[in-house]
Amino acid sequence: MNKIFYGFLVVLTAAGVWSVQGQDARIGVVVSGEKPAIAIVDFRGTGGAQPLMSSFNGTLFEDVQGSGLLRVVSKSMYPLQNPQRPEDFKPSSGQGMAMLDWARPPVSTNYLAFGYTAEQGGQLILYGYLYNVSQNNLQSAQVIGKRYFGTLDDDGARKVAHEFAADIIAQFGGGSLVGSRIFFVSDRTGAREIWSMDYDGSNQKQMTFYKSLAIMPAISPDGARLAFTNFAKGTPRITLISTETGRSLPFYNQEASLNTTPSFSPDGKQLYYASSASGYAQIYVANVDGSGLRRISNSHAIEVEPKVNPKTGNDLVFVSGRSGPQQIYRMNSEGADVERLTNGEGEASNPAWHPDGQHILFAWTRGYATGAFNVFTMDVATRQFNQLTSGAGRNENPSWAPDGRHLVFMSTRSGSPQIWTMLADGTQVAKLTTKGSNRFPVWGK
Amino acid sequence: MLTKYRRGIILVGLGLAMVAAGCKKKVKITPPPPAPTVTQPVEAPTAKAAVLEFSVEPTTIERGQSALLRWSVSNANNISLDNGIGVVPANGTRKVIPSETTTYTLRASGPGGEAMATTTVTVTAPAPPPPPANATPTGTMEQRLQTEVGDAYFDYDKGDIRDDARAVLAKDADALKSIFAAFPSATVVVEGHCDDRGSAEYNLGLADRRATAAKDFLAQLGVPADKLKTVSYGKERPQCTEASEDCYQKNRRAHFAPAQ
Repeated sequence: MNKIFYGFLVVLTAAGVWSVQGQDARIGVVVSGEKPAIAIVDFRGTGGAQPLMSSFNGTLFEDVQGSGLLRVVSKSMYPLQNPQRPEDFKPSSGQGMAMLDWARPPVSTNYLAFGYTAEQGGQLILYGYLYNVSQNNLQSAQVIGKRYFGTLDDDGARKVAHEFAADIIAQFGGGSLVGSRIFFVSDRTGAREIWSMDYDGSNQKQMTFYKSLAIMPAISPDGARLAFTNFAKGTPRITLISTETGRSLPFYNQEASLNTTPSFSPDGKQLYYASSASGYAQIYVANVDGSGLRRISNSHAIEVEPKVNPKTGNDLVFVSGRSGPQQIYRMNSEGADVERLTNGEGEASNPAWHPDGQHILFAWTRGYATGAFNVFTMDVATRQFNQLTSGAGRNENPSWAPDGRHLVFMSTRSGSPQIWTMLADGTQVAKLTTKGSNRFPVWGK
Repeated sequence: MLTKYRRGIILVGLGLAMVAAGCKKKVKITPPPPAPTVTQPVEAPTAKAAVLEFSVEPTTIERGQSALLRWSVSNANNISLDNGIGVVPANGTRKVIPSETTTYTLRASGPGGEAMATTTVTVTAPAPPPPPANATPTGTMEQRLQTEVGDAYFDYDKGDIRDDARAVLAKDADALKSIFAAFPSATVVVEGHCDDRGSAEYNLGLADRRATAAKDFLAQLGVPADKLKTVSYGKERPQCTEASEDCYQKNRRAHFAPAQ
């Protein structure tokens, strides 16, 4: 993960050089990358599978493209024909039935994904293949040759596409996002409730039904539990629910006008949160059921959003107003060794650890008007930061995907608060939500 | 000891003789037995009527209040009070409610003559009744909260009570006391709000400070703290959504709402 992250920093640097030369920075990112190229044919289906192929092909393309690990060659370059089975390959063709047709210009791909789907016993079956077309013979060229099963509908088509894409991405060192879920807050029913969706924005489901205010969700490391701030009992309190059943789990809220911004420890056994029990909101830690609570910070300032380092488990970043406008700080789990990470400019909020335990994402108004947040990353050890969004609306609540390459965030760039994803290098920006306003995304396993 | 006891008996006997003498006029009077121990001559049976006490308490009342006349008369068999009261016993009290300053006359007559005494009750005009209170508070608790209890406004990223908010909260304190008097079971929520600019998470902490500061200020002015609950809404419940300082200021507030 670490290597990959630094890879992106290098890419960003390269992009900067390209900008100086008067070219689009995004081109720089693509050209300077060492990414292998892949061609993905449009799969066809037989019988009842045929109408599902639009869902299938779209999902497969977006998953592979979205991994950021491969360069997907534009389909306009492809030959007229393509193999559907390994036995379709011919030694030479010129029409697309030979490996060489794909390895040569204009396609110039390293890899070819192909196959087909069919209806079998009321199920959808996918035959998926990945070939390294730069190899000399078919036997050594095959990387993947596998069958995948799903229901005979759009959901099943997307499922087998996700699984095939995950296998492809895994060949290039990518942890797959398939199966990962994004939790967020939507007001599309009128009240703010917790919702979930697949990593690509599909399958959006309402998870809470308090008809009140349920905001600021945190997901447990195993993805089994959600903690969030809930106004259902009048004052903001912390509620835990099971992501499986939606049922609430016991949590003791200490006597306070405000208990908020929960987050889980790396082992999932403790919950860090902010409480106004002593006056100003301060950082506390408790067992995951709220028992055995302990105050960590001790200041005469508002302090919220504690996030524990996922690698060490004993240092945390948090937001504090102790030096004036809100800034990102770090301290150990005893509340000692407090240091400010942001330099005091503007206002900073929403720290989120990278899985490597060395970098954070956060939102900062540095260089912009009050309230105009952008997403930044920072190397916590050196405090070197990079700005990932640039002034297009407000950009807040960034959260890393489990793969450590993608991130999800809230942006108002399209006019209203919506959930967006992108790669850490600022490319592959995608808008996942459209209904109502949608905020506070977190990416779970 | 013995001597004292004997003297007591003699005195009682003498008293009884005197009473008997007083009640039995015209009857031949038995002369008292010689009482060598008594040195004072016994008073004649035809003693003049006497007013021993005639008083009023209190001597000054407000119109509508009452006073108590108290009298004690001796040697009289016809005792009366004027001002429509009429015949009264020799010893007694009487509650009177004069509407203006009045002098009461007590007349007592007996075989030995008459006696008279007066006492005066001074009646003062009561304080004028209070005029109807300005804008007599009426309506439901919700209506009164909305019309009588104003919002306290705050500076950006601050939870301190500003001077203008002090004035507003002082008025709010009076209004809240009146509302709690009219609705003894009511509870009021002090809501804290922020403008849209800071982060949502930090603003929950900031709005909590604002609500608490407003509540503490009201409690210092005598509003019962146990009737005020605080809720921080951060920036989740703005009352206006434009990106202007006017709108931002409207949202940086402590607001009062009925508890659910």
